[in-house]
Parts: sequence; C-alpha cells; structure tokens
Amino acid sequence: MTAPMTSLAAYLAEQEKKSLLRFLTCGSVDDGKSTLIGRLLYDSKLLFEDHLAALEKDSKKHGTTGEDIDFALLVDGLEAEREQGITIDVAYRFFATDRRKFIVADTPGHEQYTRNMATGASNSELAVILIDARKGVLTQTRRHAYIASLLGIRHVVLAINKIDLVEFSQGVFNEIVADFGEFAKKLHFASLAPIPISARFGDNVISKSEHTPWYTGPTLLQHLETVDVETELGGKPFRLPVQWVNRPNLDFRGFSGTIVSGRIKSGDDVVVAKSGRRSTVKRIVTMDGDLDEGLPGEAVTLTLADEIDISRGDLLSAPTARPEVSDQFSAHLLWMSEDEMLPGRQYLLKIGARTVPVSISELKHKVDVNTLDHMAGKTLALNEVGYGNISAAQPIAFDAYAENRDTGGFILIDRFTNTTVAAGMIDFGLRRATNVHWQALDVNKSLRAETKGQKPAVLWFTGLSGSGKSTIANLVEGALFAQGRHTYLLDGDNVRHGLNRDLGFTDVDRVENIRRVAEAARLFVDAGLIVLVSFISPFRSERRMARELLGSGEFIEVFVDTPIDVCMERDPKGLYRKARDGEIKNFTGIDSPYEAPESADLTLLTVESDPATLAEKVVDYLRARELIP
Amino acid sequence: MNSSVAPVASRLTHLKRLEAESIHIMREVAAEFRNPVMLYSIGKDSSVMLHLAMKAFYPSLPPFPLLHVDTTWKFKEMIAFRDETAKRLGLKLIVHINEDGVRRGINPFDSGSALHTQVMKTEGLKQALDKYGFDAAFGGARRDEEKSRAKERVFSFRTATHAWDPKNQRPELWRLYNTRVRPGESIRVFPLSNWTELDVWQYVMMEDIPIVPLYYAKKRPVVERDGALIMVDDERMKMRPGESPDMRLVRFRTLGCYPLTGAIESPAITMEEIVSEMLIARTSERQGRVIDHDENSSMEKKKREGYF
Repeated sequence: MTAPMTSLAAYLAEQEKKSLLRFLTCGSVDDGKSTLIGRLLYDSKLLFEDHLAALEKDSKKHGTTGEDIDFALLVDGLEAEREQGITIDVAYRFFATDRRKFIVADTPGHEQYTRNMATGASNSELAVILIDARKGVLTQTRRHAYIASLLGIRHVVLAINKIDLVEFSQGVFNEIVADFGEFAKKLHFASLAPIPISARFGDNVISKSEHTPWYTGPTLLQHLETVDVETELGGKPFRLPVQWVNRPNLDFRGFSGTIVSGRIKSGDDVVVAKSGRRSTVKRIVTMDGDLDEGLPGEAVTLTLADEIDISRGDLLSAPTARPEVSDQFSAHLLWMSEDEMLPGRQYLLKIGARTVPVSISELKHKVDVNTLDHMAGKTLALNEVGYGNISAAQPIAFDAYAENRDTGGFILIDRFTNTTVAAGMIDFGLRRATNVHWQALDVNKSLRAETKGQKPAVLWFTGLSGSGKSTIANLVEGALFAQGRHTYLLDGDNVRHGLNRDLGFTDVDRVENIRRVAEAARLFVDAGLIVLVSFISPFRSERRMARELLGSGEFIEVFVDTPIDVCMERDPKGLYRKARDGEIKNFTGIDSPYEAPESADLTLLTVESDPATLAEKVVDYLRARELIP
Repeated sequence: MNSSVAPVASRLTHLKRLEAESIHIMREVAAEFRNPVMLYSIGKDSSVMLHLAMKAFYPSLPPFPLLHVDTTWKFKEMIAFRDETAKRLGLKLIVHINEDGVRRGINPFDSGSALHTQVMKTEGLKQALDKYGFDAAFGGARRDEEKSRAKERVFSFRTATHAWDPKNQRPELWRLYNTRVRPGESIRVFPLSNWTELDVWQYVMMEDIPIVPLYYAKKRPVVERDGALIMVDDERMKMRPGESPDMRLVRFRTLGCYPLTGAIESPAITMEEIVSEMLIARTSERQGRVIDHDENSSMEKKKREGYF
C-alpha cells in the first residue's frame, strides 16, 4: 500500500498548491450562462452518476433542448427556476482542473435580478460575459459589463455563444467584438478576451473547435486556467478590521479579525485608525501556535504591547499608510431594493466590522448604463446606479474602493425591513473629520435649562390630519406657559409656510420636511426649551430619525390616535373632501400611508376623552418624568 | 535566500483560505447575535465545523452551545461520539427530542422517511430553536452537496415561522453579512458553504480531526433493502420476510438516521484509503441518503419548511 499512499500525498499536495480563480458568468437572459457552466462541469468529468441520472430525468421533464441533456438544469437549482427556465439567484459551483481550482458564480440575466448579479461580482476576479451571437450586444450586456467594472472586476472574457447558429461566422464574431470594444473602452478592463463558443455543443469551451479555424486564441478553459489575475494584497498597507475582542481571562486581551491587506509581524507598529492610538504587536495568536507573520486573508488574533481602547469595528492599520477617517464621503451606490432611495432618510451602513447610521445627503447624478452618461436625479430605484455624498453619524475609517475592496465597500441596510438595500463603493472622503471639531461652548444645554427650572425635551405629536394634534399641543403649551415653563410649538402647517416652503408632498420631500423640523427642534432643545412638534409625520423611520437626533430621553413620542373615519368626519380644513375628489395628491390616509407608532411613549385616544383631559395627561407625564417640577 | 520560495509563502494555501473564511464568518456571528447556537449533527462536516469554532475563538472557548436534534434513530456510535466530544472540548451540549413525535410513535419504518424527517428532524429543530430563543444557528451544509444549497446565502434569513424564501434572499456582497433580525426571526449560518467534500476530507486528514468510527470500514450487520445497504443497529429494525442480517465489510460516506442511511461496501480502514476512494467515486455522497430521493426538489421543499 506504500506506493498509492505516496501518490495520494503527492496528489493532495498538488491540490493544495493550485491557485484559485473566482469568476462569474453574466450577460442577458437566454445567452446560455447556465448551459455553459453545466458544459464545463460535464466535460471536465465532475458530475457524479446520480447527479447525471437526475439531470437526464429533469431534462425530459423541464428541458428545452429536445432529446439532449439540458445543462442549465444542473445549476438552476430552484423549483421556480426550472419551471420558468430562467436563473433567479446566483448559484456557486466548484470545479478544478489540473492547473487551477475554480469557484464560479452563475448569475441571472433578467434585469430585475441585477442585484444578484452584483452579489456574484463582488467576490469575483473575472467576468465571463456571454453574448448570443444572433443578438449581439444588448442592454443587459452593457449593464453587466458596467456593474462588473463598478465592482472592481478587471478581467473580462467575452464569450460569443451560439456561434453554431450563425454558421460559425467570423464576420459576426468580429462585428460583436468591435461593438463591445467600443463600449468597454470607458470601463478600463485590464484584459478582455473574446472567444467564439457553443456552450451547447462544446465548441472552444474545453477543446478547440474544428468549425472555427479562423480563431487562433485559447479555448475558454485554457484561458481561465492561465489568465493572471493576481492582485498583490500583500504589498498593500496593513488593514485588520477588529471583529471580536477575545477576553478569556484577565491576563489575555486579543483582537480577532481577518487581515484584509498587507502583512504583519510581531514587533510591528499598528495604529487604531479612528482614535489615532498606537501600539506594537506583541503576538499573533492562533490555535496552532503563534505566527511569525500574518498574511492577507488570514484570520488571526493579535495581542498588543499597550492597553489601548479597541473594540469591534475599529480598523487596525499600518501607521505609515493610514486609511482616511471621515464622517462624509462620496460613493457609488447600486440600489437593490424595491423601495426607492430617499435622500435624508437614515440607513445603516456596514463596512468591515462597523455599523453606523448614515443618510445620503445628496445624489450628484445617476448613471445611464447604456451610455454611461450622467443623468440628474434625486432618488434611486431598484437596480439603478448613482453617485452621491453620504453623511455618517460618526466618523468611519476607510480606503477608496479602487484601492481596497474590503475597506472601501459597504452595504446599506433598511432600519425597518432589515433588508440590504444597496451596495456602495467609496470614492473619497469629503473632509477630514479630524480637522472638524464641535465648538465646545462654555454655556451649554444643561446650564441653560437649569436657569429655566426645567429639563429640555421634544413632545412629538404624530397622527392623521384632523386627529386633534394641534388642538391638544396648543392646550399643553398653554398649561406649561401658565406654570412659567419655557416652550416653543412647531406646527406642520406653520413650518411649511416658512422654513419648508420649498417642499412638496412626495415621499422624498416628506423625509426632508421631517429632517428639517427635527434639526430645528434639536436647536431649541439645546436652548433649553420644551418643544412641542405637531406633525402628521407618517413614516416610522423619520420619527426614529428624529428620536436619534435628540439625546436619550429627550424625545417623547405622543400618538394622537383617532380613527380615520372620525378624522374624515371632522375634516376641520376640508382637506379629506379635496383628497377624495382628487384635488390633493399624496394625502396621508387616502393615497399615502400612515404608519402608526409601534410603541409610543404616550397614546391619546381622542374618541374617549376631550382635548383638555388629554392635555392634562401629557402635563402629568412630564411631571412624572421629572422634566418639569 | 532562495527567491523561488517567496511566492509560495505570500499566499495562503487552498485549505488555509477556506479555514480563514469560515473563522471570519463564525466571529461575525459571535459578535453580532444575541443568542447563537451551533447545530451539531455528529457527522464529518459537523466535526470540521466544530474544529473551526475551536480555532476561531482560541484561547477562549466558542461563545455558544452545541445543539443536537436527536431523532432517536441515530447510530449508537454517533451518540457515544457526540457525548464524548462535548466532554472532551468542555462545551455545553443541548440535546432536543421531539417528545410529541415520540408519543405519536413516529418512526422511519412505519411512518415513511418523509414524515419521520419532517416530524423528528424539522419540527424538532424548530421546537428547539423556539424553546431557547436562538437568533442564529450554524449548520454544516455545503454548496456542493445539492442544487438548492448552491443557491443559498452564507447568512440565510428565516422568518419567525422558520421559513426560507429562496426567491427573496438578501444580497450578500464581499465579506459583509447583514445580521439584522427582528425578535422571533433568525439566521441560519453556513460557514462551510464554499467547501467541497474533498476539502472536508482533506482537512480532516491534515488537522487530524476525530470522526465517528462508522466512516471507517468494518464488518457490520447489514441487510439489502430497496437497493440500499441498511445496518441493523438495534432490535427496533424488524426483518422483512426473507431478510437476515449479513456481516459485510462496509462503511458510511454520510451519517444520519440508521434506517435511512445506506452503507457502501469498502475495505477503507485508514483516512488515506477513505480519501483515495473518494477521489475515484462516481456517485455523490448524498446518494446514500434515502430522504433526498423522495422527489426531485425535495431538499428545497424541506428547506422552505425549516429543515437545515
């Protein structure tokens, strides 16, 4: 048994040394992406007999290739995909040849699933863009080429498929190559290899086709096996986002994370990017023993020579080549949600191991994926790409995405649905946060409030139009004034006549409306006042934004709960009548939603009590919270 | 200085890279979830996953317990190995049995494999997740195992009723995982997503990871039933007319409930021999699983209902 053992060891050692290429297949629907991957797996003899048997059975049931095996069914693993004969989500498949290992992401061609294509692209080094030789370059071809480039893919194979259906014509091939080349010029790929193939019959996929004597380049697989895509991460500055602080006992404090670029040795200096605190690496700890040197991609635990403050989300960096630190930066965004992007709305941004609230302060332009032209626009819809400024609640450390995918790429998460709504690629910081300090004033909020004998707060009255918000808020203010308290009332209608005169009633404008009111309220709170805000404020996310702008315990959400039919009956300003008649658009409760608070601090049921009683309830609440004596 | 040495050290080897990726995923879960758990099913993939967890948090112990959903039909050797492993590593082990299913007398012989799996495995798992309020659960599934798994995210969202919606998965870019859930909702996390069967065996060999002895060939009592070699692990297995257990040299490529797991005839008694066999195998490891063949997309269907 010795001989086979040696050959096994040799074989496995060989496996270990192979390099890995991660690539994706993309292109328009029906261009044959899944078929190509199926062909690669089949021809490289990586299919098990039971998988093949299932495939043959499937081909008979769902297949679109007559008597032949339908390779697409190998990768289209979801029921809905097999039924509809399309790819919906990205599938990851693995195969290896004698030279390389491959992870291939098969991504969908339909425009509605573009986000899944971007998902596949984010971890790939190369894109195989398929084109149906009969159809040439399509919108979706251009879209995918652009997104591939946006996500930092530098190497492209242009696989001109179904070449058999155009009589293996060199003319057709050349025309498509020229057409695509013209568009791709603007995308700055490092390599672009056009190959004529037939995924269904195998021409130029693994072995050279006898039908295309005019083509002298490599087959697809030969190219994939040899293309050089190495990015020298080891030569880049050291970066390690701290994921987890490792504290098994009082004697050990380690910082666990993955080295995303650069190398690190014990004795090397490191700096915490955000705080600027420095120390020296003491040990690089792993369960297999301490390392002399940590390499890019390695998951390690560092201990440092000094006790400095480091927690999850901090970015350990090389002191000589630090990342930028800023709370404002510009970035490309690929929007991935059915709900459109609203400037000013708060989202959560996750970069490295850090999550911070942000808003998109300004969209500079959108990108037309057909022409790469810039277009004006305020919002982004599903699958749209834009470029804008992002403002974060706290400074973050980052590099430009072009320099480092791991420290320059981020996702945005919707705070309510918790879905991932966008992928972002940072371009550069807009100002160095380290240079911007809040003016530290000698007279501050608590001193101002103290002289007034009260604690500042915002009473935020939310409810439908006609629910009685303003009536109750007015009564509360009167009662507080009578007690010698300092107050200010911000009323929706009044603010709209001045500060927010330029805003309409679209969702975008409603968000901005609330943002400005919340900021104004914050200044008044800083002045030590009790602020009463009487605003319909229909969206939960905006009320939450207001809550977060203010200090803890300073935001009191008062839900004036009146059923809509009662409001419509009251209709004090005749607005419901107009809305029903179609004279007013986007009216809350009629053709625009009202999201009732899930856990208001106070709920006032106006059908059960009169306004004076309810106002008294609010004053009692303030007293109970010790905001007023 | 030999200049040809440098390029080799500048890059992680294939298995080291997979290892680092899995560790990264596990740390992310430990840092972001309130109450995670690791599903421990005792097989080779679970053994690898557990080994990686020991590495991820070293010198601390993994900051989560292990959970085994016991269908009461596992091989005896698996249960012994399970208890021994938890003890050896000093980890907390939670064993959950669907008592309701036991009372109803659900078993793989009379109830059929589909109902047995549904009640004892899927329902049992959901019960345990609800009972302890886990908001994240690690599983050892790999994308190369099965078509619908190839489509699943590393962080796979589940609704409050544990359902998976394959058509509406969260985009998953770079190494950034969206871990946000509301109360009741949870995430299934698959740190071995990008491993293949060969990677797993090679890693077991390289790291010398203990595995259940059933993976090694031995003379075991089996009967041939419906095209599969079923081991007679205890007296609950009733012989059909004409059947009688035969001592054959067999081993298992995957492990599950003994009446639902087919053995293969093999002389492989060392790790090297197992890997050699694997390299020339012409059938997939799941071929021995009776439950996968009920209907073509049965895995996706089970997963939608809450199966791992």
